[in-house]
Amino acid sequence: MDEAGSKDRGPDRRSGSSRPDANGAAWFEFTISSNDDAACRAVQKKILDEVHRRGFNNQSVFAIKLALVEAMINANKHGNRLDPKKKVYVEATVTPRQAEIVIEDEGPGFKRAAVPDPTLPENLEKCGGRGIHLMEAYMNQVEWSHGGRRVRMVKRNEPDVLPRA
Amino acid sequence: MAESIPPVSVTSQKDIRVVEFTNNKILDEGNISNIEGTLVTLIGEVAKPKLLLDFANVEHLSSAALGMLIKVNNIIRQKDGQLRLANIKPQIFEVFVITKLNKLLKILPTRSEALSSFSQ
Repeated sequence: MDEAGSKDRGPDRRSGSSRPDANGAAWFEFTISSNDDAACRAVQKKILDEVHRRGFNNQSVFAIKLALVEAMINANKHGNRLDPKKKVYVEATVTPRQAEIVIEDEGPGFKRAAVPDPTLPENLEKCGGRGIHLMEAYMNQVEWSHGGRRVRMVKRNEPDVLPRA
Repeated sequence: MAESIPPVSVTSQKDIRVVEFTNNKILDEGNISNIEGTLVTLIGEVAKPKLLLDFANVEHLSSAALGMLIKVNNIIRQKDGQLRLANIKPQIFEVFVITKLNKLLKILPTRSEALSSFSQ
């Protein structure tokens, strides 16, 4: 099933492709190699520039940047284990009302429920496990699918509010 | 080249080492491990290290940066030393609150308050 899904994306568009959809949303997709830091940064910049252009407030831009960086680190490092033969797929749809970002890796996947809560007293001094917690705190929706290989995140452009603690 | 600019600048106030992050982002693994190396070296130089981290320039940080701070805090505690964080912008402070690291790490509003919070 996943193989077919991959083929639907067409050829490897390393530099990304974009088109406006019928509702005037900006739409981007990128496929990058797992150890390509420069490509990662370029993808992040492209999406964040669009979010900025669409008038998202500072708090929302900060939240999207934070969640995007964490999700891409997770996909590259924990998902694909920095294997340059593996790809990370990023898709973003940005309207003035919301940004939706989908990130998928080619790793073994993971179970969200198996990741411990880093804010519990017994975990507070452990060095890892905070990326997912931050993504879920800062975005309005975070959904994992495809065995944990794909994450879909939505941030609505709303007045500044504190993220969920 | 990015690597030619050190990610931190280090000064001393009596026996306190004051470390200022020179980059506005603490995101990349390479940058973070570079900072960690510098901090671990500083901590290793004295018996009971006193370290103040000034976040005045920091506008973004990642979970990997938080992990590095926890590691540094753990090493300092093992050496019976003291760690203080100061000048954290409100958006960044929220990250510490959400992760509850404001309960683990000693965070002061300003550098001077942080400097005077060290015990002898």
